[in-house]
Amino acid sequence: MSAASRKSDDPPDPARLSRLVVAVGENRDRAAFAELFGHFAPRIKTYLLKQGAEAGQAEEMAQEAMIMVWRRAESFDPAKSAASTWIFTIARNKRIDALRRERRPDYDPADPTLPPALVPAAPAAADRAAELTQQAERLAEAIRALPEEQAELVRMAYFEDKAHGQIASETELPLGTVKSRLRLALARLRKALNAGGREDA
Amino acid sequence: MPAYHPESELLMDYASGALPEPVALLVASHVSLCRDCQAEVARLEALGGALFDGLEGEAMAPGAMDHALARLEVTDNLEAASATTSPPSRAGRLVPRPLRDYLGDDLEALSWKTRAGVSEAALLTSFPGFRTRLLRIKAGTTLPQHTHEGSEYTLLLAGGFTDASGHYLRGDVAVADPSVDHRPVADDGEDCLCLAVTDAPLRLTGPVGRYLNFLARL
Repeated sequence: MSAASRKSDDPPDPARLSRLVVAVGENRDRAAFAELFGHFAPRIKTYLLKQGAEAGQAEEMAQEAMIMVWRRAESFDPAKSAASTWIFTIARNKRIDALRRERRPDYDPADPTLPPALVPAAPAAADRAAELTQQAERLAEAIRALPEEQAELVRMAYFEDKAHGQIASETELPLGTVKSRLRLALARLRKALNAGGREDA
Repeated sequence: MPAYHPESELLMDYASGALPEPVALLVASHVSLCRDCQAEVARLEALGGALFDGLEGEAMAPGAMDHALARLEVTDNLEAASATTSPPSRAGRLVPRPLRDYLGDDLEALSWKTRAGVSEAALLTSFPGFRTRLLRIKAGTTLPQHTHEGSEYTLLLAGGFTDASGHYLRGDVAVADPSVDHRPVADDGEDCLCLAVTDAPLRLTGPVGRYLNFLARL
């Protein structure tokens, strides 16, 4: 079955979104890309508008971000991140580059200066990918369940280009309050965040 | 593995992309050296992905996708993979990759200024409001006692140092805010190499330091 065939107009679930990105990476599947575009381009546009882009610029940059999705789809690894996470990082880096005109120093998980660790056998890629799509579903629910005062700070942190110190000065909340609310939010999200329910944080 | 990590809000700011470049560079360099923080950043990016996926989409212009696909045809062949990684040199084995992208491979080629056992090379010099330096402190050197007007983040890359807050080794991040008045001492045995990012000038507080502050203001 082609990754592009689908039965209904329901919004695609995380597992499907991952399959679509893989289909683009492996087969340059245009139908899969069209579905990804329909789902993500408007969200990228909203994200950029929230970050202060002008409407025309947000439209243009959202298209460019989707072009990056097409080009980099081969490097997408469903065992490392959900499709929404991967596309979020592309949109984030695009914003830093275009709106802030800064470089994004990305860490390198395979940094040669990091000595190899004695890690327990990694779970099979397919299991890991399934865990991540479940994590995405659990997270969406956990976010909806956050108390509004915590959810608001988390959204400011992710969508308004504000480090927590700035959030404190703009909301006129003491820095300690901002930190403790963010920590409370993280503590509540922790269970959903730990893929497979492991408390390994 | 490092024992001192950036606090979770700082990792969240890194994952969300809200950190200014100098602090992001320091965090990325620590994360490159720390598997625990890699896992935490991955979780915080997953949180970003879930928040992003939950956004209400803003309609794209009519024909946006066809437009993007047409742009693909034009540009698809332009971007060849340019990621050629040369094997790291001696410095390369010490300096995590995000920082190496800024410094290059040869630490000796940087322009170092040396004073009283401390050499420093400035980077990201045009970034407003931040001072970003690579510091090399001779083994056993005691730094002048100082405090900060803003925050100072220090990532240890080689050797170690001790101050009242702890003993820091490779990969560790020390954070000093205005409440910290400290007098770091570099470990004996090996020169200490670190990346220091300050968001306001430091103020020297010891008797000699006050004199140096006075001179610095002249």
